Amino acid sequence: MNTIRPEDYTSAARKALKDRVLQKALADFQDRLGKGTARAYRELPEGLGLRQTAHDIRMQAVENLDILLETLVENIRENGGRVIFAKDAHAAVTACIDIARRHEVKQVVKGKSMVTEEIGLNPALEAEGIEVTETDLGEYIVQLAGESPSHIIAPAIHKTREQVGRLFAEKLGIPYTSDPPTLTRAARKALRQKFLTADMGVSGCNMACAETGHITTVSNEGNIRMATTLPRVHVAFMGMERVTARLEDHDVLFRLLARGAAAQHMAGYVSYIGGPRAKDQVDGPDAFYLIIIDNGRSKILADPEFREILYCIRCAACLNVCPVYGKIGGHSYGSAYSGPVGAVVTPLLVGIDRAKDLFLGETLCGACKDACPVDIDLPRMLLALRARLVTGDPTWQSSGGRLGEKVFYSAWSAAIRNHRLYEGIQRTVGLTQKTLTGTDGMIHSLPYPLKGWTRSRDLKPLASKSFLSRWKEIQ
Amino acid sequence: MKMKTKFPKVTLFVQCLVNGLSPEIGDAMLKIFQKLNLPVDCPLDQTCCGQPAFNSGYRKQARAAAERFIRIFEGAEVIVSPSGSCAHMIRRYYPVLFDEAPRWRARAEAVAAKTFELTQFLVDVLGVEDLGARFNGRITVHDSCQALRGLGIREQPRRLIAHVAGAELAEMRDPDRCCGFGGSFAVKYPEISAAMVDDKVRTIMATDADVVTGVDLSCLTNIQGRLSRLKSTVRVMHIAELLASG
Repeated sequence: MNTIRPEDYTSAARKALKDRVLQKALADFQDRLGKGTARAYRELPEGLGLRQTAHDIRMQAVENLDILLETLVENIRENGGRVIFAKDAHAAVTACIDIARRHEVKQVVKGKSMVTEEIGLNPALEAEGIEVTETDLGEYIVQLAGESPSHIIAPAIHKTREQVGRLFAEKLGIPYTSDPPTLTRAARKALRQKFLTADMGVSGCNMACAETGHITTVSNEGNIRMATTLPRVHVAFMGMERVTARLEDHDVLFRLLARGAAAQHMAGYVSYIGGPRAKDQVDGPDAFYLIIIDNGRSKILADPEFREILYCIRCAACLNVCPVYGKIGGHSYGSAYSGPVGAVVTPLLVGIDRAKDLFLGETLCGACKDACPVDIDLPRMLLALRARLVTGDPTWQSSGGRLGEKVFYSAWSAAIRNHRLYEGIQRTVGLTQKTLTGTDGMIHSLPYPLKGWTRSRDLKPLASKSFLSRWKEIQ
Repeated sequence: MKMKTKFPKVTLFVQCLVNGLSPEIGDAMLKIFQKLNLPVDCPLDQTCCGQPAFNSGYRKQARAAAERFIRIFEGAEVIVSPSGSCAHMIRRYYPVLFDEAPRWRARAEAVAAKTFELTQFLVDVLGVEDLGARFNGRITVHDSCQALRGLGIREQPRRLIAHVAGAELAEMRDPDRCCGFGGSFAVKYPEISAAMVDDKVRTIMATDADVVTGVDLSCLTNIQGRLSRLKSTVRVMHIAELLASG
């Protein structure tokens, strides 16, 4: 399930709004995690300023990406790992399939990784006859259901435990139960078998470290550690921006990541992986590969207005506070990345015209910026995307706005530059609205383009005399 | 009423919505400044700050509005608006609009620095919290997004309400949650917007408040629209109207 369909935003959102189970799940989830994260930030011994420190760390890394990647690659190779640069999704998937063939892989276990969702890895491996098993519990549920994750770190929040109970009864052959511990044990039993028989483990990379040549992964279930230690081969995927210079940077970023993602002080399992099993080590894979993916990121890097989105550490804190996400859920965004970060990054990855609803369909409330552990100015970039939509920009597949709207804003622009015309328009509207106003003094129904407003709301009519007219009289 | 700073004159930027929909909010501002013995000016040729165009991506048109605004208002001592989002537009985004025109940018920055939302001006600039107002009723405050997150306005309206005789503050759950207005968002994505404002009015009604207030008529118009549709008796009042009561 990796079809990218940001075009369906409005219809998917409508569907989500009618889904009562989803509405309750989203409200509860945001109430718990959104507020928990804010609390966790307030309890930081360094104070909220640590987010700015993290911002600077990420900025420096992105500004020096070429050098950092070179250093990272050198150090990983020294540790016996292999590194592949993939310019796009196809190249990344092909590289992984090549590795799988070379090592005669039949079974893959995966740690949770959004970048592999982005490139559509699972269906490609399955098409090669390879069995792929997601091992993060939420991700496993979603995979069994044949769905895609609806949240970056909580992929199955759209499902109730009753739904999971029915799913497990059908797919795992256990008696129906909605008891979470029993369901978790059933998943654990099924997954344990997969861990022990898999030939290849696939993981993402929360952040790589250039000076040490390792990748850091975090999880709360220990599954990533299993997936990257037990199988013969470990293939890690990372977006090319996910690197920092120093190990100390990871200390700051991972403390903030845990707070942003799950209101925790630190994730349950933090693993530092720097290559295949060394001679003196008991555990670990025979071969370690790191696939570094561009897939549109160097284009983002080249645009100063959007470069900041590369600072993102994919914690999903912005999803947990976004009032729009809280209503429409992750699937409405039609790609691996949902919520405010998805609304910025998806249009940059797939094209502005295609994904315009994502950045237009946000209220610019700014809650995402306050929740971001690296203080990314998401509203600024939502506005910048809107500007590119209007002016047109072939680099980002934007053909330049809608004609009707352009005409409207040209007329608006003329009107606001002439206050007499502006007053005159207001007065004319004031005269026409009389027939629309009900006995309660409110307007209950308006024609297009304001029809959407009055579908669920009334509107106060214009006053008979504007404030400026009154002011003129008293002067 | 002691003031931290004395100004010879306050120049009002009325906001289009107040001007057209609720001129009584403008009257309330006049009354407040009269109480404070501050002379008021209000340029008659003012129109829109450009926020609707800017938020929709029409930067050229927004720039034209900003240039006009700057020409009209740059001579003012201080510019006060009853709208958090308009004040935010001017303070945060006017300089950005002129990134490639240094001279205009400098003018934009100068105007931005002396533009304030009403409660911000009263509490932070003048240091006034007690306006001698009286209003009997239970009041709940909705935090407007741009005012709250863009300008740091959270305590200012609450402190002012605390000094309104007869008023009792009843906080709603999540007062800082967006009401779903979002400018053209409300008409482009009406279902999502409606679901958001529905949550907002439910939290308002749960407080048993007589009045919901705030520092931005755009949010209040949205909230009022939904309250009216649900035939709720909760009254919507701009903070200026409350402060001018009694």
